[in-house]
Amino acid sequence: MSDRSLVSRLMQHDLGSRIFIGVLLLVGLGMPLAHLLLPESSFLHPSTYTLSLVGKYMTYALLAISIDLIWGYCGILSLGHTAFFALGGYAMGMYLMRQIGTRGVYGDPVLPDFMVFLSWESLPWYWQGMDMFWFAMLMVLLVPGLLALVFGWLAFRSRVAGVYFSIITQALTFALMLAFFRNEMGFGGNNGLTDFKDILGYDLQATGTRIGLFMVTALALGLGYLACRWIVGSRFGRVVTAIRDGEGRARFIGYRVEHYKLWLFVFSGVLAGIAGALYVPQVGIINPGEFAPLNAIEAVVWVVVGGRGTLYGAVLGAVLVNYMKTYFTVAWPEAWLYALGTLFVVVTLFLPRGVVGLLEKLRRQKA
Amino acid sequence: MNIIMARLPLTGSIIALLCYLMWWPMQAQADEEGMPEAGMPDEWVQEVVTDEFADMLAELATASFPRKVELVNTLQLRGWPGVRDALAGLLEGELYFSQEEQPEGIRVYVVSGREGDFTLLDPVTQQTEQREALSGLRRITTNNPLRRNLRGAVARFDLLDESPAVRRQAVAELRRGLDSDAILLLRERLVTETHRGVTRDIEVALALYDLESSDAEVRLTALEVLSGELGNDVYNRVQRLLATDASGEPLEPDAAVRHMASLAIDRIEQRRSFFGFLETLFFGLSFGSVLVLAAIGLAITFGVMGVINMAHGELIMIGAYTSYVVQLLMPNHIGVAILVAVPAAFMVSGLVGVLIERGVVRFLYGRPLETLLATFGISLILQQLVRTVFSPLNRQVQTPDWMSGLLRFNDVFAITYNRLYILIFMFIVFALLWLVMHRTSLGLKVRAVSQNRAMARAMGVRSDRIDALTFGLGSGIAGVAGVALSLLTNVGPNMGQAYIIDSFMVVVFGGVGNLWGTLIGGMSLGLGTKLVEPHVGAVMAKILMLVFIILFIQKRKQGLFPQKGRSAEGH
Repeated sequence: MSDRSLVSRLMQHDLGSRIFIGVLLLVGLGMPLAHLLLPESSFLHPSTYTLSLVGKYMTYALLAISIDLIWGYCGILSLGHTAFFALGGYAMGMYLMRQIGTRGVYGDPVLPDFMVFLSWESLPWYWQGMDMFWFAMLMVLLVPGLLALVFGWLAFRSRVAGVYFSIITQALTFALMLAFFRNEMGFGGNNGLTDFKDILGYDLQATGTRIGLFMVTALALGLGYLACRWIVGSRFGRVVTAIRDGEGRARFIGYRVEHYKLWLFVFSGVLAGIAGALYVPQVGIINPGEFAPLNAIEAVVWVVVGGRGTLYGAVLGAVLVNYMKTYFTVAWPEAWLYALGTLFVVVTLFLPRGVVGLLEKLRRQKA
Repeated sequence: MNIIMARLPLTGSIIALLCYLMWWPMQAQADEEGMPEAGMPDEWVQEVVTDEFADMLAELATASFPRKVELVNTLQLRGWPGVRDALAGLLEGELYFSQEEQPEGIRVYVVSGREGDFTLLDPVTQQTEQREALSGLRRITTNNPLRRNLRGAVARFDLLDESPAVRRQAVAELRRGLDSDAILLLRERLVTETHRGVTRDIEVALALYDLESSDAEVRLTALEVLSGELGNDVYNRVQRLLATDASGEPLEPDAAVRHMASLAIDRIEQRRSFFGFLETLFFGLSFGSVLVLAAIGLAITFGVMGVINMAHGELIMIGAYTSYVVQLLMPNHIGVAILVAVPAAFMVSGLVGVLIERGVVRFLYGRPLETLLATFGISLILQQLVRTVFSPLNRQVQTPDWMSGLLRFNDVFAITYNRLYILIFMFIVFALLWLVMHRTSLGLKVRAVSQNRAMARAMGVRSDRIDALTFGLGSGIAGVAGVALSLLTNVGPNMGQAYIIDSFMVVVFGGVGNLWGTLIGGMSLGLGTKLVEPHVGAVMAKILMLVFIILFIQKRKQGLFPQKGRSAEGH
């Protein structure tokens, strides 16, 4: 690879990043301001619904970035990233559940409703401490991180790669889904965790709280993006890219390939967990359906549609596909799976570099 | 071990015929006893009897339930031919009565057959007629006490049947409600009974009754008979001897009897757990055969060609829907439809497979992750297509008669025929596939292309065509599996997703590119899951299986039977 193309690629990346950060600032600050200041009749006034919808898209975008980080830069295709997303979500959900207190249907000060319903006597050990915000947030980072660490350590150490890795990650999230469906697990079984009341003492339904969550999500997305950008631009990131392009070669040069892969995978898992934790209070529910392998593959498609290996492409893809999904499921629900299926096929066949690749091509043709 | 075949239509009709034949002489006897006046003309007697029977049936049609019970009790004591038909018909809900006013009053029929082709049997005259519809007829209603009564009544008739299987069923029926009448009947039968199985059954029934005796000696002898007997009623009854009342006093006063009872229970439990284990083994084999069937097509597309076909589950689904459509097309030949469905599903799924290969997969060779995503997209489209064409609701494929029913060994151990046939079917499919892969020129070319594409092309193999055919073969086999699976589960748009992860697990576990690996991998995963299941529950067993495979792959990346030699390098 010549110096010039490397430089020009970096330039392009910078442009994309700059556009992304700009748009994020605009959305993250502009939308809440518009919501508060503009009259409701105004065309530019975003409703609470729009606000929480965009908030949801931003958590998806963060998940997409975490997938792009390992797939686009290291060639690790995880079909189980929703596992980390959902685990982060459950950790947050447990905290929110404990905040309900006596306001539940059964009014038990400690036990969540579903435990009273299953006539459990006391809180299981893994629910202890989840009433403290700092502890719950620690768990949001630790649980997905630990799972990624153990699973990645096992897989990378024995050099499970490529398709095999994809299939076992899918099995992982499938197994977790089955497990969380069980009532005995103590996570609310089929129904999951819902009926949340407030977070840190603020009412979840209040406009102020929603705006707060929205802005925190935008901040997390921005920081997550910059962290990923920093990682891929660092020495570590360049080794990772080298591993993607020639794993054997990188190993022979003397790099401990599995260590690089493992830490990148753990970071990606934590990022997905954070996305899940931000998703739950905005959507108001977390259930085992979030573990579904279908969701994981859908998230991979966001990255493909946007363009892998660019980070901002992942964000673009997540927003685009989810906007399409929102549109279709309202306007024409039967057609959504046709559209999604066709998108999978068309993008893989004709747009291997996604929308971003297409835009670049157009730009180059113009120039 | 005696095998009672249940639910065979042929046996049913033979029983009916035999009963009919057997009751003629008895009826004559009854007439003699019932009508002592000498010199009465035979025809007259016949007529009176017929009239009385017809009147009772007519009353039965509209009587209150308590009155129906009385009528049934009276009827079963009369030796008229057709009484068994009528009572059995009533029990099965097949006894109808005419509603229209007719000169001869209400007529009662035993109805059999299906819509458009009903057979009506008049139990009084023993004449049959054919009808297209049941207009003007109403079913005679029953309730639970009445049905209990009817079962006993029918059993009394069947106790004299020629077939030992029917007699055993009758004894089993009587055992459900043992009273002094039933005991008398059984004692009588025991004297003349020659069949060993029936004798044993009757002895058990008598022993069960003897347990109620106030004489401890009688109870002890009864327990000796009952020791090791597998019937659920026996187990529960003997168990009750060991129970204590509220104050902790044993219900059974005699210590010797209690001791004997606990010995008997031990022995019963020993035998039960043995048969329970056999049953678990069979479930395991059956589940294994389902896994192998689901995975074997993938063993071709993924294993041999290396294509990650996420639409594999949907090809199974298409096969299942083909089986459903074939049944719709030939509603009067359900038994044959399933046999027609097998080649039909092979063709349909195979064709879809070839289309997928030509349309999408061939552009993505060498890019496995992209193939995965594209085929997943196809799977979504196929699912939604099925929803649009058929509806999102599940469809039921009827199990043909020759596949339904139980192969019953005893109360604890029985095998369903459909699972047994599917197990056999799986071996047939496997054998055929193996033959195709190893004994035909197509198979040779397939293996050649998968081992070294360039060399195979140099030797004149049209690799493009072989790719399409191989993919079609794997897809067709998936369709055939779908036909078999349609008999076990509901056919619905989501059924493919239920199998896709399992299928990949089986192929990866068995070793990619190895048909034997898929067979042994699938069977051992099936057995393993079912052996664990009783201890941890179904969902947990499944989770454990997944975790096991995830860990297994860490240890042996290439599965149970890794490929050796040059062909291994391709994967």
